[in-house]
Amino acid sequence: MKAPVFAYAKPASLAEVFDCLDGGEGVRLLAGGQSLIPSLNMRLSAPTVLVDINHVSALRGISEAGGVVRIGAMTRHHELATSALIASLLPLIAKAVPHIAHQAIRNRGTIGGSLALADPSTELPACCLALDATIIAANRKGERRIAARDFFLGIYETALAPDDILIAVEFPLPGEDAICGFDELARRHGDYAIVGLAAQGVRKGQTWSSLKLTFFGAGDRPLLAEAAAQAVVFGKGIGAAQAALEDALSPSDDGECSAKTKMHLARVLLGRVVETMESGT
Amino acid sequence: MSVIDQMKGLTFLDRPNSYIGRSVPRPNAKRLVQGRGTYVDDLRMPRLAHVAFLRSPYAHARIRGLATSAAKAAPGVIMVATGADIAKVCTPWVGVLTHFKGLKSAPQYAVAIERACWAGEAICAVVANSRAEAEDAIALIEADLEPLPVTVDMETALDPGTPIIHAELGDNLAFERTLDVGDVDGAFRDAAAVVENTFSVGRHTGVTLEPRSIIADWNEGEEKLTVYHSFQAPHMMQDIVCKHLGLPEASVRVVCKDVGGSFGIKVHIYPDEMATVALAKILKRPVKFIADRLESFVSDIHARDHRVKAKMAVSAEGEILAIEMDDLTGIGPYSVYPRTSAVEANQVVNLTGGPYKHQNYRARARVVFQNKVPMCQYRAVGHPIAVMVTEGLVDQAAAAIGMDPAEIRRRNVIRDDAHPSIAASGIKFEKLSHQQSLEKLLTMMDYDGLRKEQAELRAKGIYRGIGLAAFIEITNPSAAFYGVGGARISAQDGCTLRLNPQGGVIAAIGVTEQGQGTESVIAQVVATAVGVPMSDVRVVTGDTDATPYGGGTWACRAAGIGGEAAWQSGKALRANILEVAAVILQSTPDALDVREGKIVDKATGVERMTLAELGRVAYFRPDTLPADLKPEFVVTRHYVPKDYPFAFTNGMQASYLEVDTDTGFVKLLKHWCVEDCGTVLNPQLVDEQIRGGIVQGIGAALFEHCRYDSQGQMLNGSMADYLVPMSSEMPDMEVGHVVTPTASSELGAKGAGEAGTAGAPAAVINAINDALRPFNAHVSVQPARPEEILRALGKV
Ligand SMILES: Cc1cc2nc3c(=O)[nH]c(=O)nc-3n(C[C@H](O)[C@H](O)[C@H](O)COP(=O)(O)OP(=O)(O)OC[C@H]3O[C@@H](n4cnc5c(N)ncnc54)[C@H](O)[C@@H]3O)c2cc1C
Repeated sequence: MKAPVFAYAKPASLAEVFDCLDGGEGVRLLAGGQSLIPSLNMRLSAPTVLVDINHVSALRGISEAGGVVRIGAMTRHHELATSALIASLLPLIAKAVPHIAHQAIRNRGTIGGSLALADPSTELPACCLALDATIIAANRKGERRIAARDFFLGIYETALAPDDILIAVEFPLPGEDAICGFDELARRHGDYAIVGLAAQGVRKGQTWSSLKLTFFGAGDRPLLAEAAAQAVVFGKGIGAAQAALEDALSPSDDGECSAKTKMHLARVLLGRVVETMESGT
Repeated sequence: MSVIDQMKGLTFLDRPNSYIGRSVPRPNAKRLVQGRGTYVDDLRMPRLAHVAFLRSPYAHARIRGLATSAAKAAPGVIMVATGADIAKVCTPWVGVLTHFKGLKSAPQYAVAIERACWAGEAICAVVANSRAEAEDAIALIEADLEPLPVTVDMETALDPGTPIIHAELGDNLAFERTLDVGDVDGAFRDAAAVVENTFSVGRHTGVTLEPRSIIADWNEGEEKLTVYHSFQAPHMMQDIVCKHLGLPEASVRVVCKDVGGSFGIKVHIYPDEMATVALAKILKRPVKFIADRLESFVSDIHARDHRVKAKMAVSAEGEILAIEMDDLTGIGPYSVYPRTSAVEANQVVNLTGGPYKHQNYRARARVVFQNKVPMCQYRAVGHPIAVMVTEGLVDQAAAAIGMDPAEIRRRNVIRDDAHPSIAASGIKFEKLSHQQSLEKLLTMMDYDGLRKEQAELRAKGIYRGIGLAAFIEITNPSAAFYGVGGARISAQDGCTLRLNPQGGVIAAIGVTEQGQGTESVIAQVVATAVGVPMSDVRVVTGDTDATPYGGGTWACRAAGIGGEAAWQSGKALRANILEVAAVILQSTPDALDVREGKIVDKATGVERMTLAELGRVAYFRPDTLPADLKPEFVVTRHYVPKDYPFAFTNGMQASYLEVDTDTGFVKLLKHWCVEDCGTVLNPQLVDEQIRGGIVQGIGAALFEHCRYDSQGQMLNGSMADYLVPMSSEMPDMEVGHVVTPTASSELGAKGAGEAGTAGAPAAVINAINDALRPFNAHVSVQPARPEEILRALGKV
């Protein structure tokens, strides 16, 4: 199918973006286009103006300062995958990115687009939650800082207002003795996960001091399994942690996989990811 | 081949410049990878209009009215046409053939008039200056549709109380076939073990890289309709367009340039394509329709959708005594025109148990209507179902009597020296090689070594499985396939060769190229037969004005039938060349040969003259030749197999895989196939066909599925949700050959395009069940999704 008619704007600065966003209801930002363009071509959405933010340099770049890694909204998945800074400071993201789609999509898709889209079965929102990230939104009135746990509100629903643009994400450095684990189950490599787990914790020797377990594909947004994490941290055994998932997750049936099976798979993933983290491999 | 050559035991393979049996590069590959292919959508022409279709959102609905005035007034719109408008120039059709006794279907219109019978059926057409404008206008049509009760589940389609889709047909049964051979009841009574199962094979579809595409152009001045079509059978399309638009043959030309994949999808008559042709006739200008991916999922034919209950009786020694099976398949609301949707079930009946010696067989197949996308022939029609049923039961039987799966097959396959033979279902085999194929496969895969590895890993909690599957494949069909039932689909094919003055050869042939390498094979055969370098042969296909009349490419016939026509034609051209050369060189035809584009002394190979020199004399200086010598450098030969209805091929496949028993995920480790397609004209092309076919078979076994809800809505009609098999999940594949040429033709080539698809699903499913054996778990549903495997394991 062909996209319905729309107008196209190519702002070069944030100020120009704000001007465009004043246009009201039908204005949509275009980042990597890997989700938006298909939805236009399928006539699932019909914006009146597409605001292409690929040329706004303020949205680019990965940097570290003051114990925080800042990733610009227009950073491509491919840049995350190849950044030495990410590999050394945020290995969880480095582990997650290869699971996102395929190379051609990673070349275009952006972190800002992923977070703004808030597809509940995707990797980066879950990583943000596990890493306690802060999402920075801006509009003409100024910037807002939103904690990841307050940002994702439901399927394709975020705390962004219609005139907001997501400009960057900030990650506190995980610190000493931090370890992470990541795994997901997808039918084919690059597919959206049936269920996945991003885990970030602190463990010295044989002792956990903290752990965040974020499941994706297991509810209407990325979900923190806090009781399960506590069970692991306090050494109650993996069985107890797995049992605690029942209340934390709420996957839904889809044609390929039932909710019940997704719960089972979430328990399996939890066992595998924690085992890998504890064995240090 | 001269008598002397034959006495020396030489064959065409020994000809000095033989390309046969060699993996030569495809002549069209460079052009295609350089992006210089010409697919329908690449064609540019003045006044081209674009058509898009409003499709029914309901699986069954009465069309009470279509308010089209807003659409008609929309920018760029040329015409809004309803079903009734189109029916004025294009008559409806009924997809039945007389050799399927009792097969019935209802008249089908290019655009539905009174009722839409599946979600996705076209109910209105909009022609505009661009596709986007046509789509904009479609959104403005107000369709007054009254949803009608739907019949979706094939299991209940025949129950009293289930809505009858076409009231005038009386019920939802399109076709039924039964067969009862030998003493089935006696065999079951006396068996040492009886195993049974219900196999289900889900619906899937072809997903060609290039979607269905057509441009039709009616030139009023010439009174000629030219149809550019992404299609497998141009002459069939020509005939059908003539019939339904009331045009004489001379007024219709069908051109199939490059075709980006077909798999049987592009060999059927599609309502939206016929509507496009009708619109071109009405508008007197070119009209283009390119199916987009979303509408492809609900308008390309779907395949399979079978539920088979089956059982097998075996003796204590592992002898298969009898098979009984009952197949039920749902084909959507119409039997597809003109090949019908009864062929697949018919083939399941014919092929089940086919590799084995048993002579007691009872079968029933029922084909029912339902409000889903029409189902019809797709690569390896019926084969994968028959092979799954047979091979699944064979493995169960082996387990029941404690015999190794390889050994039970060894004991039961029809012996290589027992041919010609007739299977229990009545199909005739000229010569097969099950025994050689099995032994070769077991050696290639190191069967015993794998069994050992499997046992060792099992002890460590790693569950691997080995699955075997014997198969037979229908190739080189004679008129028995369609012609005898009244379908005007050519069983014969012809090849016309022309020697040009510089020594080049043009080969025009009725079989077509859709990516398989048909052009390569024809060029190889022609070059070998005539005696010219392959680079001097240009192959022309896919044009009803330019090639001999032929069937096109489907059912594995291009190499076996088209290749033989090319071979015969090439030999005839060489004879004509030698006749003229002998006069010029004051020699005799027998003493000369054509090699590498030169006339040579046959005994010594010494060059006597080039073909270019011969061409120069014959074309430009015929005055120098004797008056009674008439060079005939254009020849045509035709071929159709006559002694057997089909040239059956055979083979064996094996899958090795690992099941993650916690997640139900399957990791494919390796796949093997040994097949016997007779003479291998081009080993690389055959291996590619086998591999591609295996991938599609694996798709069916594990991934591909057209999922529907109870209202007949397809739920996963997009590339994001419909899982085509992708390279990361595919195993390495090793292909081996046994060569048993068919004596029906001189070349001895049979088909190879469907073998992979025929056997792969059974090999994979058997391997999964082999891996699950320690848990006493079993899956018999395709696709075998992780959830099915977890369910079988009792984990969810
Ligand atoms: C076949 C396929 C498979 C995929 N598989 C995966 C996968 O496994 N995992 C995964 O995570 N993703 C997957 N994706 C999605 C891909 O990662 C997308 O790129 C990503 O989700 C969106 O990023 P984008 O830059 O392309 O955004 P776009 O498509 O340009 O935009 C998406 C939405 O976000 C809004 N938006 C974009 N940027 C901003 C911003 N800075 N501020 C506010 N709003 C903004 C847009 O207006 C739009 O509504 C897949 C995509 C495809 C086509």
